[in-house]
Amino acid sequence: MNLKIQIEDGNSKSIVRLSGEIDVYTAPKLKDALLPLTKRQGTILEVDLELVNYMDSTGLGVFVNALKLSKENRCNLILVNLQDTVLRLFQITGLHEIMDLNSTIRGVEE
Amino acid sequence: MESFDFIEMKFPAKPEYVGVIRLSTSGIASRMGFTYEDIEDLKISISEAVTNVVNHAYEDKDNGEVTIGFGVYEDRLEVMVADHGGSFNLNEVKTKFGPYDSDESVENLREGGFGLFLINTLMDKVEINNNSGVIVLMTKYLENLGVEFYDDQVSTGQ
Repeated sequence: MNLKIQIEDGNSKSIVRLSGEIDVYTAPKLKDALLPLTKRQGTILEVDLELVNYMDSTGLGVFVNALKLSKENRCNLILVNLQDTVLRLFQITGLHEIMDLNSTIRGVEE
Repeated sequence: MESFDFIEMKFPAKPEYVGVIRLSTSGIASRMGFTYEDIEDLKISISEAVTNVVNHAYEDKDNGEVTIGFGVYEDRLEVMVADHGGSFNLNEVKTKFGPYDSDESVENLREGGFGLFLINTLMDKVEINNNSGVIVLMTKYLENLGVEFYDDQVSTGQ
C-alpha cells in the first residue's frame, strides 16, 4: 500500500518508474516527484506505470496537473505501460483523448 | 425480511487508512465470489467515497472518522460510507461531475471531481444522503451480466 518512485534523470529525457498504488495517501509524494520534472523546457518526461496495480481519481488529478504544467513549459509528458485497470480509468473519464498514453506492452490499443 | 450479514468498520479519516479500507473491501468481495474486475470496481468506488471524507476532514483540520458499513446479501454487496463530521459541499461536487469533454481546453482541465463520476460508472446503484453528514450508499450485484470491460481471459484469482 505504498508507492515507489525511481527517477532516471537525463538531459533530454527523464524516466519516472512507479511501482505500487496511487491513492490519496501516495499522490502527494508522486506530485512532489513529478511536477518539478515538467518544468524542463523541450524535454521528454516518460512515466512508466507498468508496476502500478491500483490508481483512482487522485492519481488522475496528479497526471492532469502534470499535463497542464508540461504544456506550459513545452515538456512532452508520456505515460507508458499502463495496466488494464489503470488504462480503463483514463478511458472512462475521457482523459485518454488528451493524454499521451502508450500501452503497447500490454497489447491494448490506444 | 431478506437476511444479510452486516460488517461495520470505523477508521480515522486519514489518507494512510484508505489502503486498509481497500484491502478489507477486497477481502469481503472476494469471499462473496465477485470477479476480479468487479472487485477492482468496488475498490476504486469505495476509495473514492472515503477519499472525499478524508479530503474534507483535512480541510476543516478536524480529525474526523469515517464509517464503512458492508451489507452482505446473497445477490449483492451494499457499501455505506458515512462522514460524521460536517458535510462536504454536495452541490459543488455535483457541478464538477462528469467525464472530460474534449471541447475543454487543457488549461481549463479540472484536477478533481472525477470521484463521484467514477463511483456512478463503476457501481450498479448509488444513493447520496446529505441530511446529517454525508452518506454514500453503493450497491454492486453479483454476476452482473451488463457491460463488461474485460475479456474472458482475465484470471479470477485473488
